[in-house]
Amino acid sequence: MSGITRRRALGAAAGAAAGLAAAGAAHAAIQTTGPRPQDAHGGATAVPGSFDEVYQGRRIEGGPTHDGGHDGGHGGGHHGGHDAGYTVRIDGEELHVMRNADGTWISVINHYEPRATPRALARAAVTELQGAALVPLALG
Amino acid sequence: MTVRKNQAQLTADEKRRFVNALLALKRNGQYDTFVTTHNAFIMSDTDNGDRVGHRSPSFLPWHRRFLIQFEQALQSVDRSVTLPYWDWTADRTTASSLWAADFLGGTGRARDGQVMDGPFAAASGGWTVNVRVDGRAFLRRSLGAGGRQLPTRAEVDSVLAMSTYDAPPWNSASDGFRNHLEGWRGVNLHNRVHVWVGGQMATGVSPNDPVFWLHHAFIDKLWADWQRRHPDSAYLPAAGTPNVVDLRESMRPWDDVTPADMLDHRPHYTYDTAA
Repeated sequence: MSGITRRRALGAAAGAAAGLAAAGAAHAAIQTTGPRPQDAHGGATAVPGSFDEVYQGRRIEGGPTHDGGHDGGHGGGHHGGHDAGYTVRIDGEELHVMRNADGTWISVINHYEPRATPRALARAAVTELQGAALVPLALG
Repeated sequence: MTVRKNQAQLTADEKRRFVNALLALKRNGQYDTFVTTHNAFIMSDTDNGDRVGHRSPSFLPWHRRFLIQFEQALQSVDRSVTLPYWDWTADRTTASSLWAADFLGGTGRARDGQVMDGPFAAASGGWTVNVRVDGRAFLRRSLGAGGRQLPTRAEVDSVLAMSTYDAPPWNSASDGFRNHLEGWRGVNLHNRVHVWVGGQMATGVSPNDPVFWLHHAFIDKLWADWQRRHPDSAYLPAAGTPNVVDLRESMRPWDDVTPADMLDHRPHYTYDTAA
């Protein structure tokens, strides 16, 4: 598994997020409004804007993935997952997310119940986690 | 001969043997390899890319093969054990014997969702959640939380009435039987049951809860029921479809089995009912 690699890659972002969270920074939600998330045929087109807020005491962040390449394709980074083109983090740890054809979103935490936006997905994950830390897939 | 039975009809001895076989696979490490495989597919199956285990026509034959492999593992421990199925249209409350302490145990406690009774409760010591996406190593459930309802028989029948197996674009946006059974469109059958159970069952590592197998055994039975209702309807697509497993293409991770090989369950197992 590539959890260590992924941790290293996310290290800088995680550190920054942890610092901000520790400082108790109550971030106002930052949401850039993008084009409608789906076209007339239900196909996902535009990537949603970024967000950054503290929800139920935890920092959730999301935004388009700009580091294209290292985590694309099957068996690459993201412990075998795919490249969603969009990254969501909870307290700096990446939440594996996926976009459905109709523009809705699911995560590895709520995999069978789509949400309308990545932010709603991140909030649902925080609720489900009940304070538990998100971790890279742990084996044995 | 392997006969898959309704879980509600199992004898006390059959329940005990099934539970003991699960615990044995957990102890020897085999169980967790199934969780890992499922999660790898659920994270890599995408609507616009390669898709094999989920959100695609091969959702049904892939899980049929996956369950056969799991059932064979159980039988390597105890030859008498077969996978029971959970008809959630009939046994649709937390009072079902399915959730009793002599079988799967009940729902989780309010504070942290932890299952506190039955053979898979953390306190039993035999069911540590190792393949996980968060820090919690105990089995969790929140059966019917938020007033959620399991699908009804009428909703199941409405999906069984759909005569087309699957349709372009062969993913979560598709019309047809497969996607309505899977639940990305319409009344929502399979997906909704995962959500109703809650806990690990609502996540990518859903096989951590043994009810995963009983749920999918019933989904598998509904596929067989559908075939009987629509004998002239075939698996689709037949050939030449990018990113999708056609009828005679092999499926990962086995690479030696095709949907065509999985259309008839009878060489592998039968059901306790004719209908």
